[in-house]
Amino acid sequence: MELDILMIEDEPNIAEAVRFILTREGWRVDLHPDGAGGLEAIAQQRPRLVILDLMLPNRSGAEILDDLRAAGDRELAATPVLMLTARGQAVMAGGQADAVLSKPFDNEDLRAIVRRMLA
Amino acid sequence: MLTGTRIRERRLVLSRRQADVAREVGISAAYLNLIEHNRRPVGPEMIARLAKVLDVPADELAEGREEVRIAALREAAVHPAGAAAAPELEQVAEFIARFPGWAELLVAQSRQVRALERQLVDLSDRMTQDPYLLTTLHEVLSAVTSLRSTAAILAEEQDISDDWRQRFHTNLYQDSRRLSQTAQGLVAYLDSFETEGNAATPQEEVEAWLASDASRTGALDMLVSDAARDLAMTLGRTLEADRAALPDARLTKAVATGGAALDPVQLAVTLGLPLDLVMRRLGDLRPEGYERAGLLICDASGVPTLRRAASGFPLPRPGDNCALWPLYQALAMPQVALSRVIVTPEGRSFRALSYATRSQPEGLEGPVLTTALMLLLPTEDEAPSDALLVGPACRICPRPDCPARREPSILVPQASVRTPRS
Repeated sequence: MELDILMIEDEPNIAEAVRFILTREGWRVDLHPDGAGGLEAIAQQRPRLVILDLMLPNRSGAEILDDLRAAGDRELAATPVLMLTARGQAVMAGGQADAVLSKPFDNEDLRAIVRRMLA
Repeated sequence: MLTGTRIRERRLVLSRRQADVAREVGISAAYLNLIEHNRRPVGPEMIARLAKVLDVPADELAEGREEVRIAALREAAVHPAGAAAAPELEQVAEFIARFPGWAELLVAQSRQVRALERQLVDLSDRMTQDPYLLTTLHEVLSAVTSLRSTAAILAEEQDISDDWRQRFHTNLYQDSRRLSQTAQGLVAYLDSFETEGNAATPQEEVEAWLASDASRTGALDMLVSDAARDLAMTLGRTLEADRAALPDARLTKAVATGGAALDPVQLAVTLGLPLDLVMRRLGDLRPEGYERAGLLICDASGVPTLRRAASGFPLPRPGDNCALWPLYQALAMPQVALSRVIVTPEGRSFRALSYATRSQPEGLEGPVLTTALMLLLPTEDEAPSDALLVGPACRICPRPDCPARREPSILVPQASVRTPRS
């Protein structure tokens, strides 16, 4: 079955809460807990949407996003990405993310953005 | 005149043999010989014992006011601000004798300049690139994000199973605990902005704790933050294990019966114990001859896991370091003891013994862990021509032309990074 959302987030409690919220909406959600191997996980699982934390251990979300957009596989490179950042870090996410959500966020805002991106 | 020379002169005045004096003091003749030739630092306790045997007031053996002033003026002279002035170092004693008031003023101003520089560095660190502040704020944000999302789920979502409800309650507890610890550390850190020299980070708190007697008793009262207490408890267990493997009495005896005349490598061979254990214990106990010793330990990434300052070797803020410290050379050459004389920008010399070990605590399939140690001993000897000129950290190092510089100095703007050669 096609994966709707791959979340790359190293904070297990945030990941668990987000997964719970989005799974309840009927989406299939998988988690990857580290910057290392993040791009490979996207390439392998081919999700419809990636939720990417900016501050990750071993490899930052910005680096993963750069590599994703530079991928030779055009379909992979165009995967929609929702970047989670601290408010002041939105600039660091660059123009490459399709949407940016500042932490801490409202669960309803998260649902609304994801609903729009997967529509 | 240096302390060792003064001890030797007094002994010769009494026409006493080195071996006899050494025996009465309770040290080896070889060690007394090193002291008399100013090759080993002499602590107040040793001076008191020697003074008693040599029948002279301890003050007369200890370094006098004049030596202290000369050393302070020499330090003032090597400050980059005075580099172009080329002060007449050979006439420093005469200057003090002829103009004691001016000498006092110069020393006081030099100390004030250095104190202000330290403050400047502290503030610059905190305002711009303090990794502790950045990490702490990220921690706060992560905990708050998790709390908010989890609390909203519990408050707003319908039909949550008991299992999930229990999990989210546990997550709330974990995150609230993490948030309170981080907030505590942040408040202590921000408080320290107001007071110069205050321990700012948990690492610095632990370093202050190590430098006090409290680390020997295990008392944690002086530690403000929970993070510092956690760090200190972990470190305390390691220290205890080391003390059990090489008890104080055994090390003291080994050093007193000729050990200090031996280098730590020979001392380890004599004791039949690993060199890294002996180095850690010398840095912890600081027995006779090692009273002013310092110890730095780092992991394979170069991040210090223990920092104990040697007398006269000011440590930079946690996270800062000098790439030229022999500690890092040892990382590339495990199991080989490297001895090198290093000189600080203030002109102070130290004998640095560096050594790295490798281990595989998880067995053959587990990762190889490397740990490096550097034992620092102040030395009064003239630095050899191949002594290594090191600094505290690039940003606060005044050396204008250092091949290892990785960022400009905020104290000496002309000290910039060299263009790499292909």
